[in-house]
Amino acid sequence: MSISIKSYYPNEELALRIRHRKAVYFSRFCALVTWLGVALLAVLFYQIAVDGYMWLDFQFLSSFPSRFPYKAGIKSALVGTLWLITMLTFIAIPLGVSTALYLEEFSKDGRIHRLISLNISNLAGVPSIVYGIIGLAVFVRGLELERSLVSGALTMSLLILPVIIIASREAIKSVPDGIRNAAYALGATPWQTAWSHILPASFPGILTGVILSLSRAIGETAPLIMIGALTYVAFLPEGPMDSFTTLPIQIYNWISRPQEEFHQLAAAAIIVLLTVLLTMNAGAIYIRHKTEQRLK
Amino acid sequence: MKIAMTLNKSNGKNTRSTWLEKLIVGTLAGCTLISVITTVVIILMLGKESAVFFTQIPFLDFILGTRWVPLLEPTSYGVLPLVWGTLLITFGASLIAIPIGLCSAIYLSEYASSRMRSIVKPILELLAGIPTVVYGYFALTFVTPLLKTIFPSIQVFNALSGAIVVGIMILPMIATLSDNALSAVPRSLREGAYALGATSFEVTTKVVVPAALSGVMSSFLLAISRAIGETMAVTLAAGATPNMSLTFLESIQTMTAFIVQISLGDTPAGGIAYQTLFAVASLLFLITLVLNIISQWLMNRYREVYDE
Repeated sequence: MSISIKSYYPNEELALRIRHRKAVYFSRFCALVTWLGVALLAVLFYQIAVDGYMWLDFQFLSSFPSRFPYKAGIKSALVGTLWLITMLTFIAIPLGVSTALYLEEFSKDGRIHRLISLNISNLAGVPSIVYGIIGLAVFVRGLELERSLVSGALTMSLLILPVIIIASREAIKSVPDGIRNAAYALGATPWQTAWSHILPASFPGILTGVILSLSRAIGETAPLIMIGALTYVAFLPEGPMDSFTTLPIQIYNWISRPQEEFHQLAAAAIIVLLTVLLTMNAGAIYIRHKTEQRLK
Repeated sequence: MKIAMTLNKSNGKNTRSTWLEKLIVGTLAGCTLISVITTVVIILMLGKESAVFFTQIPFLDFILGTRWVPLLEPTSYGVLPLVWGTLLITFGASLIAIPIGLCSAIYLSEYASSRMRSIVKPILELLAGIPTVVYGYFALTFVTPLLKTIFPSIQVFNALSGAIVVGIMILPMIATLSDNALSAVPRSLREGAYALGATSFEVTTKVVVPAALSGVMSSFLLAISRAIGETMAVTLAAGATPNMSLTFLESIQTMTAFIVQISLGDTPAGGIAYQTLFAVASLLFLITLVLNIISQWLMNRYREVYDE
């Protein structure tokens, strides 16, 4: 029987072999391309490390920016970034988590609820530079907060608020209904249930989202340039109304100069920035991993 | 929930706590309002200043004009060169990121072992978390010198290196989102195709990818919208010369790079330069908004199919 089929289709075996060969090549190609992406990351890190490592010392971390590359450092940028994170922690996180809690636990499902959800996911897609322009028009000019830390922190809060809300909602959504029902059965009010049961249960998920959003804020440059943080700052901010600079802005400043030395300084500052970011992201990934294991 | 409420009401001691409860829930609702207010403020501010701009510059001159010289006399406010620069970068970036991103997604969801997956996915997430200013540095100090050896005539600031780094930047987004879409395709579809004698290549290209197509397309659109709004990498890599050049080797200017350029100078509030910021930003906002809405619509449609 098979012999007769072969005579009708003399190339069937060959065709089959080609099809299987194609499948193998395709799978190898996909693997190769993926590892190419990973290799790119390695090249990026290698390049930055080679350019910047020799500038990285205590003097670099503890000096103010300077016209002379050998004296320049990132003290004011580091302190500015720290101020910004602290202020964001107090402004954006309570706002974001409250919104998520309200939307998931208290608001009624309906037209308005859907509209607000749609609105938040659209806000998450607005380019960061548009937030910068709004910050410039509303906080710097409109409310006359000048080019201060407050303006920067408020602008950044608007930027990361949608990210925090979306991540926190996912975390709250994944709390099993059994926990809610148990609390209600014991006579807890909705707020008592939310505060002492749902928030603690969703805490790891919320924390992961918060860390990721803060690390996004640390790396953002464009909105802060818009509100005018790109200035020569050779002092440390002492209060929220002082002007400031941050790490990415200092990096941008150094990259846009023509001299080779300043590019290397930028690379050194990038190493510091990436170390901070990678530590935070690794922390977030670790927390998520732990939670997943606990839920299993 | 209703039982809990009635229990509380029957207990006289709890009147204070219900009063407090209302206050707290009200505060939470107030926080929710902030996101709505943000949207309203964005639209109002962009609209107001753009309206002032368009009282001085006719709308058609802005949207169809091919000369963008806002700072030097004689001024001209045709936005097309900026749009062209943005398109050039976005097109180049998509050309790199879409095929590579889709292949990585296919590898992750169809071929990689769970061990490989657990290594590669976090790496892609790390790649996505790198600040854009770092990509700008990478473009200027690594990509452009490399390109110079291939194209000796290339300018220091050029669209090509901008497009390449933006492509690298949006790649992880396409890979992880498309991977989510492909992984959500039910196993039964794959097994049905294998049972009919299809090879893994045929299962992937003829069954899995078409089944996840709206999810995959949605990730492309989201990444394109991100590339359009990208600022620091293109400002550093592609320069500040509004230009309708056809080659990737010259300096261009994107909409976002123009906004940065203006804001670096100390623009007085109320001047025409200040208002051009808002006109260009409105255009940017509208383009990304439309792309995001289409992307969400596709994503929801896709979810409806497989979430049953």
